Amino acid sequence: MLKIKNLQASINKKLILKGLNLNIKEGELHAIMGPNGSGKSTLANVLSGKSGYEISGELKFQGENLKEISVEERARKGIFLAFQYPLEIPGVNTNNFLKTSLNSVRKAKGEKELDALAFLKLVKEKSSELGIDEKILSRQLNVGFSGGEKKKNEILQMKILNPNFSILDETDSGLDIDALKIIAQGVNTSRDKKKSFLVITHYQRLLDYIKPDFVHVLSEGRIVKTGCSELAQELEKTGYQKLN
Amino acid sequence: MKQQELKKSKEYKYGFTTDIESIKAPKGLNEDVIKFISKIKKEPKWMLEWRLKAFKRLKNIKEPNWQKPKYPKIDYQNLYYYSAPKSSKNKPKSLDEIDPKILETYEKLGIPLKEQEKLSGVAVDAVFDSVSVATTFKDKLTEKGIIFCSISEAIQKHPELVRKYLGSVIPITDHYFATLNSAVFTDGSFVYIPEGVRCPMELSTYFRINSSETGQFERTLIIADKGSYVSYLEGCTAPMRDENQLHAANVELIALDDAEIKYSTVQNWYPGDKNGKGGIYNFVTKRGACRGKNSKISWTQVETGSAITWKYPSCILQGDNSVGEFYSIAITNNYQKADTGTKMIHIGKNTKSRIISKGISAGNADNTYRGLVDISKKALNSRNYTQCDSLLMGNKCGAHTVPYIKNKNYSSIVEHEATTSKINEDQLYYCNQRGLNQEDAISLIVNGFCKEVLQQLPMEFAVEAQKLVGISLEGSVG
Repeated sequence: MLKIKNLQASINKKLILKGLNLNIKEGELHAIMGPNGSGKSTLANVLSGKSGYEISGELKFQGENLKEISVEERARKGIFLAFQYPLEIPGVNTNNFLKTSLNSVRKAKGEKELDALAFLKLVKEKSSELGIDEKILSRQLNVGFSGGEKKKNEILQMKILNPNFSILDETDSGLDIDALKIIAQGVNTSRDKKKSFLVITHYQRLLDYIKPDFVHVLSEGRIVKTGCSELAQELEKTGYQKLN
Repeated sequence: MKQQELKKSKEYKYGFTTDIESIKAPKGLNEDVIKFISKIKKEPKWMLEWRLKAFKRLKNIKEPNWQKPKYPKIDYQNLYYYSAPKSSKNKPKSLDEIDPKILETYEKLGIPLKEQEKLSGVAVDAVFDSVSVATTFKDKLTEKGIIFCSISEAIQKHPELVRKYLGSVIPITDHYFATLNSAVFTDGSFVYIPEGVRCPMELSTYFRINSSETGQFERTLIIADKGSYVSYLEGCTAPMRDENQLHAANVELIALDDAEIKYSTVQNWYPGDKNGKGGIYNFVTKRGACRGKNSKISWTQVETGSAITWKYPSCILQGDNSVGEFYSIAITNNYQKADTGTKMIHIGKNTKSRIISKGISAGNADNTYRGLVDISKKALNSRNYTQCDSLLMGNKCGAHTVPYIKNKNYSSIVEHEATTSKINEDQLYYCNQRGLNQEDAISLIVNGFCKEVLQQLPMEFAVEAQKLVGISLEGSVG
């Protein structure tokens, strides 16, 4: 699904990713861990196509060269990023935003756009699956949401858009245990043979609830170690320091 | 590729011209032209005298020049002050008699005059250059005693009302453009809602400038008698031309005891091309008097067109407990300029006013909010709340807020809040990541920014206005 080869990315002439290699196959869930400043969020931004980065190396998604494709096109092809800091957009109703988003993705796929009724039904179903209070959906997008509500809203968007490849950028940061479980449940119920995930996290805690196929350690812009889920537990004990 | 798409959709879609024979007054501004206008409209003598009085005054006053957007000197002698489709000389009695070309024009503009009668719950007065060409739903309104017709017709048929109220809110001595309008005004709408009547449908006037080198001098007068209610909406478009055309309107509203007038504008005059060539000078005087106790006047404007917009729809709150509101969205793109806002003059006790202004600037445009809140000594326990928000897109445009606040008594409270923000790259990125393209993302964010004002528009027009907000800003980012 995703093939990254010798990826280098710099912003404002500062090199952040220094030759990163990563292969994610259909149905796999990869976790990326690493200390602050190791390039985790940069990787998420580069994959989603955020502007401002200078990029070299190979970046392929479902066989296509991602570098040529705009942010919205990538989204329509099924790349989803759960933001570390979801943006507030005053005056924009959350439901409305979700519907616009879903319909532009559906339209691009050649599917029929959902009308208001069908959309509300879908939202009801997905939010109750996740145990999210629907009331937040009638509020302005992320405005006045608590940290937990914002993150839950990201996962709800993921469930509704139903992407092939989801990136979770430190979605677990700053969450209490209940919210964490909701996030994990959102991911676990979405997993199937076709869908892939890249879960970026600081802590092993989230991986108690989401079982990754692979764990990578990112340090100074490179993946320095790869293992199975036990690697995360090991890191929790020893810290990142030892790896360098 | 994206750039090309933008260019294509950016064109002003109302920029076509209707090829139609017209009758014009000779070029220039003089007594003879005024007499010509008055005669062709079969006006009574008092009306002509009123016009000439204004003209006499005009010769002794100068154009104001304190506004922020400057413009080249207007050659008033090189304009046509009257232009009307030839076919309207003998005023058509029904829609079937109207020149099909004119009907077609309005259809193209999305205001099908014929369909309108059958389908929608909106009565329309259509003004083409200097004359009103059609008013729909007249019969249904007449049943309730409501008068909705062109001002020319009202001058002939309802002189007692016109004489009593015309110029009572905007005196002919007011200022240069108001005085000019009083001398040469050609057409516009007249509305009278009798005591206790709630107007059962939206009333709306659609202004169209078609002829070149022609000024449009619209005059509208709306009177809401005791305990009545009316919601009125005007829309405006013009062809694309290299020249700057002048639209200098006067609009007067009068609300008597317990009456309410809601006046909405969707202004989409030709804004000029992307280099700032051509476009309408929209120099308009709009003023409402809350003359009776507990009366209310609410202005809502969505200003997206015109090369220069220069207007301050105002409320004079004479009656005790009267309420004035001003909700405004002013969007300027490319080289457009706007200097707009409101005046809230509190005279009666317990009067309230509310001002919500949303200014959006993109490209090389410049947008000024200018407003006056004046609470007199006697206007005890009055209250004003003002909120001015500016949104900037790119780094070549400007936004300015110039509030004048005068509170002359101790029991009144005035609040003013202002914010300026830039459209946030991260917000756009967030929307893009959810599959929205740049234009949709901007439209979404800007519509969110304007929401409080858009909510004030009548349902029938809110959707249209939302789209217009998006279209006006196309190509401004990216």
